[in-house]
Amino acid sequence: MKKMTAVTGNEALAEALRQINPDVCAAYPITPQTDMMQRFSDFVADGLVDTELMLVESEHSAMSACIGASAGGGRVATATSGPGLALMWEMLYVASGMRCPIVMPVINRALSAPLNIHCDHSDAMGARDSGWIQLWSENAQEAYDNLIMAFRIAEHADIRLPVMVCMDGFIISHSLGVMEFLADDVVRKFVGDFTPQDALLDIGRPVSYGPLIVTDQYHEYKKAQNDIMSSVFDVAADVATAFENISGRHYGLFETYKLEDAEIGIVVLNSAAGTCKDMIDEAREDGVKIGLLKPRLFRPFPYGPIGDALEHLKVICVLDRSDSFGAFAPLFSEIAASLYPRANRPFLINRIYGLGGRDFMPEHVASVINEMIEITGHKTTVLPKKYISLRQ
Amino acid sequence: MKTKLINQSNCRPVITEPGNSALLKTGTWRTLEPVLNKEHCINCLLCWLYCPDMSVIVRDGKVEGFDMDYCKGCGICALECHGKKGEKAILMRKEEKE
Ligand code: SF4
Ligand code: SF4
Repeated sequence: MKKMTAVTGNEALAEALRQINPDVCAAYPITPQTDMMQRFSDFVADGLVDTELMLVESEHSAMSACIGASAGGGRVATATSGPGLALMWEMLYVASGMRCPIVMPVINRALSAPLNIHCDHSDAMGARDSGWIQLWSENAQEAYDNLIMAFRIAEHADIRLPVMVCMDGFIISHSLGVMEFLADDVVRKFVGDFTPQDALLDIGRPVSYGPLIVTDQYHEYKKAQNDIMSSVFDVAADVATAFENISGRHYGLFETYKLEDAEIGIVVLNSAAGTCKDMIDEAREDGVKIGLLKPRLFRPFPYGPIGDALEHLKVICVLDRSDSFGAFAPLFSEIAASLYPRANRPFLINRIYGLGGRDFMPEHVASVINEMIEITGHKTTVLPKKYISLRQ
Repeated sequence: MKTKLINQSNCRPVITEPGNSALLKTGTWRTLEPVLNKEHCINCLLCWLYCPDMSVIVRDGKVEGFDMDYCKGCGICALECHGKKGEKAILMRKEEKE
């Protein structure tokens, strides 16, 4: 019998970390992630995990310590949010370049200034080119499942790359939701034992990390990183199949909702997809042929399959919870790139919503649905990029 | 001199073989090469002393030539060389790469 539990997103992720029992966690508190690592530190204090918890003085130090521990030969996890991720910036590239399979929940939060602790995807989008794999999650269940799968993907012998698991700050991290946990032994068996590669602490086989590679081979090194990233699609799909076998929950590289026969569609990441699905159900009752696509794997980005899933649409609204000022927002750019090679390209609009935790309400979805209906009807001229739910 | 190129299978910044720097031929980025004219050499060995890459080959106290696997073409040897009667024993010239 399924046992459903009411937990916050942070509780769900702390539970996953308890079940996985990493060798080392180095973390620094930052809202809205603090509450997760605080729960995990209780598990450490209570002896429920064997993890070496390193309380460091900043996120730059947290990621540095994680890299050291990972190179040392341990299974390593940390977590962060917003400005904390920004402070890790330099070390994110070191972690991926050094092939450290570190796993890190990113509880999405706005970047300063002005100071804002609420949900926004600017943090993870700023790190999209850092060589980390990114999995995005709609709710606590998906974040929990993604976090467990993240270890298998990161530590896969052909991958050995760090993974971020993104989950919306406050909206999911601090709100109660209903979800299903897997049993401890099931999770442990699924994740398996960690196999270190070139461990610094293997004193019988001394190795050195971090040599200089300049103009002669840096270019080849980065190409190799790109090639490894391109092999993540297959590994992520295999891991999802294995996960379905233990959980009954199916995960693709992205999720589609009522998309097959749709004429218009919404593309959106994380928790806002839930609101959109409800509104899609309502619009469908009124005969509107609308569907949704929610990317799960954002890095690497599955351009081909996403293009296949979207190309039959007439109009697509890409909703972004982050912006690139004076340019199109990150998700929009990827969707446009997915569709550009197609013979029949849907009409694309980019709508920016929910920055700094601005509520994303059903009426906002209704307004973009209406806008798409108008575009389908009589090809009105519209601004390609616009902020919605602005205060008047 | 063939360098092992980095690819997907060896893309790790890890040195697994201690003390292997001699295996890395650092002479690839040279554009100038030192040319020895023994007639002007007084074997003072200043070139040997100053070369930052231990690339001046000396046998029985005499300069024999240069180890081109590691010579980076910096020209320090040529700069320091006094030679004989104002004629330097080392001159730098542009290297023709095949
Ligand atoms: S510095 Fe010049 S003169 Fe002295 S040993 Fe070297 S080549 Fe000969
Ligand atoms: S050019 Fe520079 S590296 Fe080459 S032999 Fe002379 S001093 Fe040494």
